Amino acid sequence: MNVVFYISAAVAIVSTALAITRMNAVHALLYLIVSLLAVALVFYVLGAPFVAALEVIIYAGAIMVLFLFVVMMLNLGPESVEQEQQWVKWYVWVGPVFLAGILIIELIYILLGERSLLAGNHNVSPTQVAVTLFGPYLLGVELASMVLLAGLIGANRLGRGSTSGRGKGKDR
Amino acid sequence: MTASVPVEHSLFLAAILFVLGLVGVLARRNVMFILLSIEVMFNAAGIAFVAAGSEWAQADGQVMFMFILAVTAAEVAVGLALLLRLYRHFTTLNIDAASKMRG
Repeated sequence: MNVVFYISAAVAIVSTALAITRMNAVHALLYLIVSLLAVALVFYVLGAPFVAALEVIIYAGAIMVLFLFVVMMLNLGPESVEQEQQWVKWYVWVGPVFLAGILIIELIYILLGERSLLAGNHNVSPTQVAVTLFGPYLLGVELASMVLLAGLIGANRLGRGSTSGRGKGKDR
Repeated sequence: MTASVPVEHSLFLAAILFVLGLVGVLARRNVMFILLSIEVMFNAAGIAFVAAGSEWAQADGQVMFMFILAVTAAEVAVGLALLLRLYRHFTTLNIDAASKMRG
């Protein structure tokens, strides 16, 4: 299992370094998704399977899709078609596919391995996490919901157009 | 039971990813890349929490990661809304354009 950890860590570092040095936002997003998947595998090896699932579903699934939506919104117009043709070259996806291939080989290795290999580190089950989350940290859950509500209202106010928002709200 | 990963190595990974995100925030001038780098830094903090929780077999580290997840989601929503406002106002994603903002 240590081998899986170190290879995933190397993939995460390489893909993050590539993500922050890309000139193109879509290429950077591809590499960042690979980096998040590698970190999810790191979490799994560290004995946190629930957090690994959350990393894939919420980080790589939901938050990166938000970024993709914004990239799509910023590239409207007829010039986006030839830009798109320029983007979908074969060498664009070779790097992410190579790194993601390393990750899937590791995942197959874990799944085919013996079950005892999964207990390398202390395994913290989702049940323990839930008992802790809704026990001593219940106030934190309530506060997190308030933060999400504040983010929702803030995004709604800021994302509204400058002309349509005028005179409707209290603070403007 | 095989030998477990030492907690120092997980913390090294977290530190390297955090520094990469910090370099991204400091070096890039595109707001989109700055937001991506902030994501990387949040993620590195989460790795540190989960590694520490795994070291002492406590669930608190994973609970903290979930709070980080909630904060990240709120931050991304507000940050991307600000990005769209910036683009609409200045028709550029350069963060230095916003330094000319007055009043």
